[in-house]
Amino acid sequence: MPLNAKIPSGPIEQKWDRHRFDLKLVNPANKRKFDIIMVGTGLAGGSAAATLAELGYNVKAFCFQDSPRRAHSIAAQGGINAAKNYQNDGDSIYRLFYDTVKGGDYRSREANVHRLAQVSVNIIDQCAAQGVPFAREYGGTLDNRSFGGAQVSRTFYARGQTGQQLLLGAYQALERQIGAGKVTMYPRTEMLDVVLIDGRARGIVTRDLITGEVSSHAADAVVLATGGYSNVFFLSTNAKNCNVTAIWRAHRRGAHFANPCFTQIHPTCIPVSGDYQSKLTLMSESLRNDGRIWVPKTKGDERPANQIPEAERDYYLERKYPSFGNLVPRDVASRNAKEVCDEGQGVGPSGLGVYLDFAEAIGRLGKEAISERYGNLFEMYEKITGEDPYEVPMRIYPALHYTMGGLWVDYNLMTSVEGLYAIGEANFSDHGANRLGASALMQGLADGYFVLPYTIGDYLSKHMDEKVTTDHPAFAATEAEVRDRTEKLLAIDGSRTVDSFHRELGKLMWDHCGMNRNDAGLRLALEKISALEEEFWRDVKVVGSSDTVNQSLEKAGRVADFFELAKLMCYDALERTESCGGHFREESQTPEGEALRNDEDFSYVSAWGYNPDGAPQLTKEDLEFEYVKLTQRSYK
Amino acid sequence: MKLTLNVWRQAGPDAEGRMQRYEAPDVSPEMSFLEMLDVVNQRLEENGEEPIVFDHDCREGICGACSLMIDGVAHGPQAATTACQLHMRHFKDGDEITIEPWRAAAFPVLKDLMVDRSAFDRIIQSGGYISINTGSAPDANEVLVPKVDADQAFEAAACIGCGACVAQCPNGAAQLFTSAKVSHLGLVPQGQPERDQRVVSMVAQMEAEAFGSCTNHRECEAVCPKEISIDFIARMNRDYLKARIMSRAK
Ligand SMILES: Cc1cc2nc3c(=O)[nH]c(=O)nc-3n(C[C@H](O)[C@H](O)[C@H](O)COP(=O)(O)OP(=O)(O)OC[C@H]3O[C@@H](n4cnc5c(N)ncnc54)[C@H](O)[C@@H]3O)c2cc1C
Ligand code: FES
Repeated sequence: MPLNAKIPSGPIEQKWDRHRFDLKLVNPANKRKFDIIMVGTGLAGGSAAATLAELGYNVKAFCFQDSPRRAHSIAAQGGINAAKNYQNDGDSIYRLFYDTVKGGDYRSREANVHRLAQVSVNIIDQCAAQGVPFAREYGGTLDNRSFGGAQVSRTFYARGQTGQQLLLGAYQALERQIGAGKVTMYPRTEMLDVVLIDGRARGIVTRDLITGEVSSHAADAVVLATGGYSNVFFLSTNAKNCNVTAIWRAHRRGAHFANPCFTQIHPTCIPVSGDYQSKLTLMSESLRNDGRIWVPKTKGDERPANQIPEAERDYYLERKYPSFGNLVPRDVASRNAKEVCDEGQGVGPSGLGVYLDFAEAIGRLGKEAISERYGNLFEMYEKITGEDPYEVPMRIYPALHYTMGGLWVDYNLMTSVEGLYAIGEANFSDHGANRLGASALMQGLADGYFVLPYTIGDYLSKHMDEKVTTDHPAFAATEAEVRDRTEKLLAIDGSRTVDSFHRELGKLMWDHCGMNRNDAGLRLALEKISALEEEFWRDVKVVGSSDTVNQSLEKAGRVADFFELAKLMCYDALERTESCGGHFREESQTPEGEALRNDEDFSYVSAWGYNPDGAPQLTKEDLEFEYVKLTQRSYK
Repeated sequence: MKLTLNVWRQAGPDAEGRMQRYEAPDVSPEMSFLEMLDVVNQRLEENGEEPIVFDHDCREGICGACSLMIDGVAHGPQAATTACQLHMRHFKDGDEITIEPWRAAAFPVLKDLMVDRSAFDRIIQSGGYISINTGSAPDANEVLVPKVDADQAFEAAACIGCGACVAQCPNGAAQLFTSAKVSHLGLVPQGQPERDQRVVSMVAQMEAEAFGSCTNHRECEAVCPKEISIDFIARMNRDYLKARIMSRAK
């Protein structure tokens, strides 16, 4: 079945406006007759739930944390992009559009990205009006910084806590609607399945994480805003409880999964310190503005960093990329770090680390200037490692950070299941094969505040007076499946903990479907993942019962879904024999070892359909580029 | 290093709890406090015992989920640090550590070290926002915000809603949390139209919950991982009085 992206016709600047005009509206008196389920209340889901409630819809919102304020979005540090051109430095909607398509290595839809750039300006207005304490100039106007290699200053920020402040803005808007009775909030509740009736999404089945009660919720439409799936790698910069279950369950019910192998690895994270490591911490990319990256020239050199003389250091990025040096894009910086460590030049106890050295910058600018720029990051680093980066170089290593892939959605953000929407990091829509810094917050809020609230009305207006209740047998049937699965996990009573399986799965993915991928490795991974999955269902040990708080049981369900996702990611990586963005196939590189795209054969979105009986089924959505000129990146 | 833990175990909201002793024989100084608990839990599970339940998510000190009383101090011995950012190098071999949940009437224990902090959400619901519907905002630079005000608003807005302030307060008061939001929104021009009503509603909700009253112990400030200043409490009290006197608020 071909997928219809429903991209409106007309010139790119007019597509969204025209489309908005063409969309059917629900009249104000009728809005309160519709119930919408919002799964996830991070930036995307929180902003959408609040906005839909303001419009008059009844919203039921769900999250697994104890409060919507704790969604993973809270951790975003750097900032949010918007084409305001407040700095008068030549930015424009068109430039943000262009940069984002190019940054995504030409694997995203032009029309979606243009719309994103267009509504980016409204986001900043909305957030400022909510009282988000953005950084300001002395004159009281908003301050900007440049971010992620952009040539203009278009990133708005609130110190190193932009995600926190934006999320609190959305959270407050949401709480206002909860107080007004327009949103019913279900915290500490996990969605475990979608309920389909006549091919349309009509509700969900959830588990109360405190009492263990499994229940059904019916609605006219279901929105998934459940975030990304980096935690398939076990170690990532994501919050510990981020998982794929919501979108994976939807996938199993018929929603296509797009570009699952497009994952982003961030070059500057604090390295793993031991096998108890539970997550990785990001150190802002901005550090590369002043820090110099190096490793000892000699393999296994165990001298402390400051005893290694200048001549015996390899500033490998400056050496290989003289014009960009330490500021090469994320994927290039990450791959090079891995390469030198694989060569045996890595530093730190595990050998998996490279130095990020501020000595030269401190000498040039003084300690004070450096502390002003990065003080809070240096403190965070010291808290975690016990080392003082003013005295010794930081050690950094790449880590999983973001997933560009997600549920396939059309221009209206509807998945391939009628009435089921996906927004925020949970969908695949706007970042192609690589996301630019400060663009995820922008996309989450664009989807939630300014896109979904319009497009969902069009669908609802066509389905007036088609109520279902949870008495429909489809709910009972889905509930039974959910209960069975839970009981099955508890009944195995094997010998290995959930975490031990998750760690091993993560290691397999990191080794074979991480920074570098190749045919043989991916095939091997598929075999090993299947074997491990089989062992999981035979030998996992989940202690406790299902009628109380049971964090092992929660994890077990999530890891079970990660296994299936991991295989799909490998299939996808195997099928895409080109390199692009965050996806580096060793077979497809330039003579200098850079990623080599193959536009002839791979200018498409890979949308995978679930197949319970074997290999997943691929549908290709061809990408057409009318406005942006395709070029190969070069940072030499 | 080798540690001994005394951990509060409680099967459910209505169950009786008790302290339970655990040995942690192989703690590395590089571990975070929560990673140390992960290792203890891993062993419990392997032995078929229920792992210790505790709230956590970001493990970066920003989501506010982690909430452990460590040796009687909310978030433990290191200043300006959440439990998830506390590392074991701050303890020494042979130490005995007591770990309890937040203890406050307004935060009932759900299980082991996990408590119910939904009272905080209800305080926000009562007025901790600026009423601005999506789409009705003016251009962001039309309303100028003096940098000093923006910076001070940020200091208040940095609250992560963890509840350490309430847990440490001998009265279980929520003044620091409430005043941080009142002050954040009261300091920016966008928050002025609702300023009086906001402080009155939020204080009323705070009092309707099971929080105690503030008697200036200042322990909240001392344990706040984001170093939120008690000056905001004074500010909230001023705003409250003013709103009452002017009686512009219902
Ligand atoms: C350390 C870090 C720094 C970052 N910095 C930046 C930055 O500077 N700029 C930028 O643009 N981006 C940044 N990002 C990326 C960005 O933060 C995320 O992509 C974005 O916040 C995701 O928002 P979301 O609303 O889609 O999902 P999330 O915020 O992850 O929210 C997911 C929601 O879904 C709920 N949920 C999930 N599954 C279920 C289920 N089964 N049942 C019920 N509820 C469920 C959760 O409870 C939560 O409410 C950063 C990411 C990380 C990890
Ligand atoms: S786990 Fe998020 S603040 Fe500690």
